[in-house]
Parts: sequence; structure tokens; C-alpha cells
Amino acid sequence: MEIGLRLAVSLAQIAAVMGVVMLTVMVLTLAERKVLGWMQDRMGPMEVGPYGILQPIADGLKLFFKEDIVPAGANKFLFTLAPILALVPALIGFAVIPFGPSLTIELFGMQIKPFVISDINIGILYILAFASIGAYGIILGGWASNSKYSLLGGLRSAAQVISYELNVGLAIVGVILLSGSLSLVKITEAQAGGFWNWFILSMPFPQIFAFVVYVISAVAETNRVPFDLPEAESELVAGFFTEYSGMRFAFFFIAEYANMILVSCVAAALFLGGWNAPYPGTILEYIGLERIAWMENVVWFAVKVYFFLFLFFWLRATLPRLRYDQLMRFGWKVMLPIALGNIVLTAIAAYFFPR
Amino acid sequence: MDHIFFFYFAGVIAVTSLLVVALRNPVYSALALLIMFFHVAGLYVTLHAEFLAAVQIVVYAGAILVLYLFVVMLLNVKAEERYHDQLPVAGLLGVMLCTEVVLLLIQSRTATSVSAAPADPVTAAGNTETIGEVLYSTYLFPFEVASLILLVAMIGAIILAKKDLLEGPSEP
Repeated sequence: MEIGLRLAVSLAQIAAVMGVVMLTVMVLTLAERKVLGWMQDRMGPMEVGPYGILQPIADGLKLFFKEDIVPAGANKFLFTLAPILALVPALIGFAVIPFGPSLTIELFGMQIKPFVISDINIGILYILAFASIGAYGIILGGWASNSKYSLLGGLRSAAQVISYELNVGLAIVGVILLSGSLSLVKITEAQAGGFWNWFILSMPFPQIFAFVVYVISAVAETNRVPFDLPEAESELVAGFFTEYSGMRFAFFFIAEYANMILVSCVAAALFLGGWNAPYPGTILEYIGLERIAWMENVVWFAVKVYFFLFLFFWLRATLPRLRYDQLMRFGWKVMLPIALGNIVLTAIAAYFFPR
Repeated sequence: MDHIFFFYFAGVIAVTSLLVVALRNPVYSALALLIMFFHVAGLYVTLHAEFLAAVQIVVYAGAILVLYLFVVMLLNVKAEERYHDQLPVAGLLGVMLCTEVVLLLIQSRTATSVSAAPADPVTAAGNTETIGEVLYSTYLFPFEVASLILLVAMIGAIILAKKDLLEGPSEP
């Protein structure tokens, strides 16, 4: 009974988070095309619904009813497995993201944290672990398609993900040193009380360099412009998903956008204070509405996440794609030394000026 | 409950390890290895070693195995026959290992039951902190030796890759 109830609550939480993530993916597909359109002095999609706001639904229906083609000579098993391997790790990471204040509510005599599915003590490592699994979907999808473009895309992705994962991991070490915890909930709580306490600006050592390294590496890890070498359309047709169509293509597509949301959530939680407002406390609390103060926190979290998502679109509209050797040189010779230097300096600062 | 999980993880680890060496397609072997890494991580989680579990996946599944796959795909090996004629050597080693395991099991049976599990210090201070403390105090020397070996390997890799730099300027 107890276990059944707990399971039901957990499933409800998971369903809620998945719903929000999927809804955000839908919004993003439209927002990306609109933002790109405006930046290039175009209108973006305008046909389906007023101002084209129903475009994501039309796209979804199209992909759902499209013929599912498995190319001749493809490895059918891996060809089917790859999109799933890409999508599941992208969605599973949201389990440890705190979307709002860490209050607990009593429900049927159980303690429930409504804004985080599971506060495990190694939260950030959990996300890193599953982010690295996401690369398998791309690599295996490229290999199983039995096409030279797909294979090249998969190979590029393998090298790129290994190189930039390292930078992501090293960039967050500074934050972990300052907060003394691997749990995203604790890391966010350590940044309460105004924007000067956020780890991007906080004393003893502002993590601004780590922040820049993290954001650039996150763009590279999600295979977005200017690091979209695995799917460079001018060289590789569509890279690792050249041969995919219909729902399997949609899986890769959703995985890419879900990954964007995930790295944005992590960036917001680690460097920009997560759900903390840029001023101490919340306005709703000051005017006597403590019971709904969490709304303000959740809104702040959403604002930060959408800022990063906008940054993704902005970069796509602005920057040309890097060449492959430039990508590798930049990752290993520029980002890695910065991240390592940041760890050394942060460790020294944290030793002499403990928070 | 714990036993069910242990036997599930142990069983899958045993089966997938066999598959890694038994499967003909190297990509399938790598996938079996991936499943095995995950279940080893699961075993760590049942022992309340979450940090080790996460590191297991980040390092082995996330980096090393991707590198394996990279090489397999780059060489485009479909099914490698070269390594399937080592039966005599493998059999000999297998028999030796099996005897060792059996001997150890017999010894542990006769010896006094395993020193009663020490009071769990892990749950008190958090898994990650405990590992850090132990690594930099009790096991400082082995830790430094390991890092030295890794450094040697790194220098070796650089020298192998940059041979032409040592032999003076070479023609472009």
C-alpha cells in the first residue's frame, strides 16, 4: 500500500516533468524558426494557425504519419535501438533537476518534494553519466545506417563528445568546490540571497570562466551550431541521421532539443542560482503571500532556462560552423587549459576564504 | 530484496561478459560491454557507493567504450576471425583461474566467518567525502603511484604522436 502510493506519486511527478519537457520541445521547434526568421528579417512559419503557432502540431503529425524506411544493408536491430538510446538519456537527466524551492509537502502521510523528482546526493554526476550515454545513440545510428555520410557523422560525434564532455566535467568542478556538494538541490540552495551569491559572481572566486567554458562545451555536446559537425548539412547531407525518417527521425530530433533544455537547466542551476531570484527572498513573500512564493521561484528558473535556449538560437543565427581541426584545437588547447586553471585558482581561493 | 537485486545484477554481468567474448560482431560486443558496465554500476548502488557507480559510467561507458566503438567503426571490422583461434591458451588460463577461485572459496569457508561488516562510515559522512578522505590519507601512496603511472602513459602517448618533433624538422 505504502509502496504503491509512493510509486503513484513518483509516476505522477515524472509524468508532469515529462509533459513540461515535451511541451517545451514543441515550443522550441517553433521558437527557433521564429527567432531565426526575425534575426534574418523574415517572418518564420506563418501558415498554420495565427502567426504559425500551430506549426509544431503540424510537424508532429507529419512525422508521425511518414513512412518508416529502413535502408537496405542497414543493421535493423541497431538502427531501431539508436534513436531510443539517444532519447532516453536526454529525458532521464531531468530527474535530479530542482525546478523550484525545496519545500516538502505532506500528502497521505508522506513527505514529498514537489519540485524535484529525486534529490540524490550525486545529482550532477548522474547527469554527466547519462549525457555521455547519449552519444551512443548518435554513434550507433551512424554506424547502423550503412551509409558513408552517416558513418562519418557518427565518427565525428564520437570524437567531439569525448573532447567536450571533459570540458563540461572540469568546468563544473569549481562550482562543486565552492558548494561542497554534488547534489543540484544543495548547490542551488548555496546560492540563495541575491545575484551576488550566484556562483558566476560569488566570492571567493567568481566562476565566470567556468561558466563560459561550460556554455561553449554544452553547445558542442548538444551538436548545435557552430559545433554541429556530426550533422553538417553542407558536407554530410544530414550526418548521422541521413537515413532516418518518420518517428525514428523524430526521436533524434526530440533528443537534441531535450538535451538543449537539460544543459540549460544545469547551467541555470549551477551558475545562475537556479530558482533563486536575483534579489534576497521573493517579492510575493514580502507582500504577505508566502504560500504562493514558490511561483516566483519557478518563474525565475524558467526565465533563466529560456535565456540559455535563446542563446542557442542566437548562436545559430550568428556563427558559421567551425572546421573539424579548429573544433578539436579549440576544445583541447583553449577550453581545457582555462578549465584546469579555474580549478586550481578556485581550490586555492576556497582554501583561504572558506564560505 | 537486496538478494534479488544482487543476483539480478550478478547474473546479467556474467551473461553479458560471456557475450562480449562470444559475439562475432565487434559492435555487438561493445554493446554487451555497455550493458555490463551499467549493471556493475547497479551493483555499486546496492552497496551505497553512488559516487563509484556514477564514475564507473562516466569513465568506462562514457569515454573508454566510446573510444573502442570509434576504433571499431574506423577500421570497419565487420566480423573478426583472427582472434577466434586462441582456444588452447584461453582454456589453460581459464582452468587456472577456476582452480584459484575454488581454492579461495574453500579457504574462506574454513576460515572464521568474514570479519563482521564494519560499522558503516559511508552513510555518516556521505559517500563522496568518504572516498576523498580515504584516498588522500590511508591510500595516499598507491594513489600517487597510480597518478605517476598515468603521467608516464600520457608522456608516452605524446611522444608516440609527436615523433617528428623530436627528430628535428621533417619535410612537410
